[in-house]
Amino acid sequence: MSSEKNKPTVQTTGHAWDGDIQEFNNPLPNWWLWTFYATAIFAIVYWFLYPAWPVGDSYTKGMMNEITYTTSDGKTTTTHWNTRALFLKEMQDAREAQAEFLKEINASTFEQIASDEEKSAFAYSMAKVVFADNCAACHQTGGNGVIGFYPNLLDDAWLWGGSFSKIQESIANGRNGSMPAFKGRLTEKQTSDVTDYILSLSGSAVDKSAAKRGKAVFTNAGGCVACHGADGKGKESFGAANLTDKIWTIADVTGADTLEAKKAVVMSVVKNGKTRQMPAWKDRLSATEIKMLTLYVHKLSASQ
Amino acid sequence: MKHETIETNAGWLIGLTLIVISIGGLVEIVPLYFIEDTIEEVKVEGKDTIHPYSSLELRGRDIYQREGCYTCHSQMIRPFRDEALRYGHYSLAAESKFDHPFQWGSKRTGPDLARVGKKYSNEWHVQHLIEPRSVVKESIMPNYGFLMKPLSYKNLANRMRALKVVGVPYSESKEEYEANVKRFGEDIAKNLDILHAEENLLAQAAAGNYDGNADDVTEMDALVAYLQLLGTMVDFNKFDEGHFAKFR
Repeated sequence: MSSEKNKPTVQTTGHAWDGDIQEFNNPLPNWWLWTFYATAIFAIVYWFLYPAWPVGDSYTKGMMNEITYTTSDGKTTTTHWNTRALFLKEMQDAREAQAEFLKEINASTFEQIASDEEKSAFAYSMAKVVFADNCAACHQTGGNGVIGFYPNLLDDAWLWGGSFSKIQESIANGRNGSMPAFKGRLTEKQTSDVTDYILSLSGSAVDKSAAKRGKAVFTNAGGCVACHGADGKGKESFGAANLTDKIWTIADVTGADTLEAKKAVVMSVVKNGKTRQMPAWKDRLSATEIKMLTLYVHKLSASQ
Repeated sequence: MKHETIETNAGWLIGLTLIVISIGGLVEIVPLYFIEDTIEEVKVEGKDTIHPYSSLELRGRDIYQREGCYTCHSQMIRPFRDEALRYGHYSLAAESKFDHPFQWGSKRTGPDLARVGKKYSNEWHVQHLIEPRSVVKESIMPNYGFLMKPLSYKNLANRMRALKVVGVPYSESKEEYEANVKRFGEDIAKNLDILHAEENLLAQAAAGNYDGNADDVTEMDALVAYLQLLGTMVDFNKFDEGHFAKFR
């Protein structure tokens, strides 16, 4: 170090700390200096082109840098450069790029889209993303749902109807499913009997005489027929489940190994009831998005 | 003053350095207080639709901050197409005008929450907070089951008074209440009344029953009430698509 300090060609700032620590006073490298000037010039150009300086209660809006955008309601606006206008332009470009397809989606019936390879491919790929963002949190990425909470969309059982129009209605307006709690309204014995009957409907080998007593409870004391129907096949207008198939949406019967365990899960639902809510999406998603989602959800089930 | 004087005097060096570096911040921040369009006016039928939190939502927000939700979740949808498609309309400055401090965040380990309100059911939120992986398999969010404990709300009035000091229009006097009725409408104004904060909190928790347990008011009730409000105060269907671009 001591030899460098004594180099005669380089000036020092002239002061010394702790007696001998000195500071070189090299000139700035030219490349650095010119880069610095260039950034200053860039800034000045930028001030003219983009919103920059505050003036009173407003600011300079920039010049020669306008954005013209058309919103989906057909209004065209030209404005100074700003990120919101830029965003609207970006949305417009995407809308126009997809317009050809979206127009056909809007103009076609569900059946027409589903049977057309190109239209359906477009609808499914758009809907898949919308599904992942909005639906998958409950119905899961693949649509298999969570038993006890969120219906499985892959099977062929539909609480509120599986036609295009019913699915569309469910998505747009949401659904409120409510199975009342029968605790207190039915005795333990009645609950047990009606559970035997319910399980017998889907072919479980239950105590026949208990199931027979249960049928009476199902029809009379419990009044289950009001929603689930005399045949136990459910009613879509109430979102009441079909009890005669082997598909379960609240009670995890399929996951229970023994008859006793099956009875326990069904009894728990009879006793405690279950309220479920499907949110309404019509304010969050566009009509076209809902239409494409409907097709997608319908396909999830139909492809099984 | 000579350069050497500054360099050899710590007091001068600190003082002058602070002045120089604060210029950078001041020229960017101060004008925003004077520019008219910084915070958008969001009025429907003459009423401000963006309003301060009710006492229950406010406690929910406290819990949101206490648990550090902002370290993984932002509340700021930027005006980009990809964000709009995923999360909804871009956030307005006005939407966080009553937030002290704001919850914009800067890191998205989880998704943005600026418009999560009403997107999922209360039941989903409760289940998801208790055990995220029971509904979202790929989630890495921690479990918040411990929020199912009674909510403390004894210092509610002071919490609201503190926010009032920094300009959030909670009301204590009759005049302030009347001003809120005029500004936000009667239903909202009632919720902003400091003197009835506790009974409002209990009433909202009872009516909403956010955690599915009607017997007590839990921290879960408060947090879900807050989450369900996020991003729902502005009904964008009531405004032209290009309306909020006029403020820039």
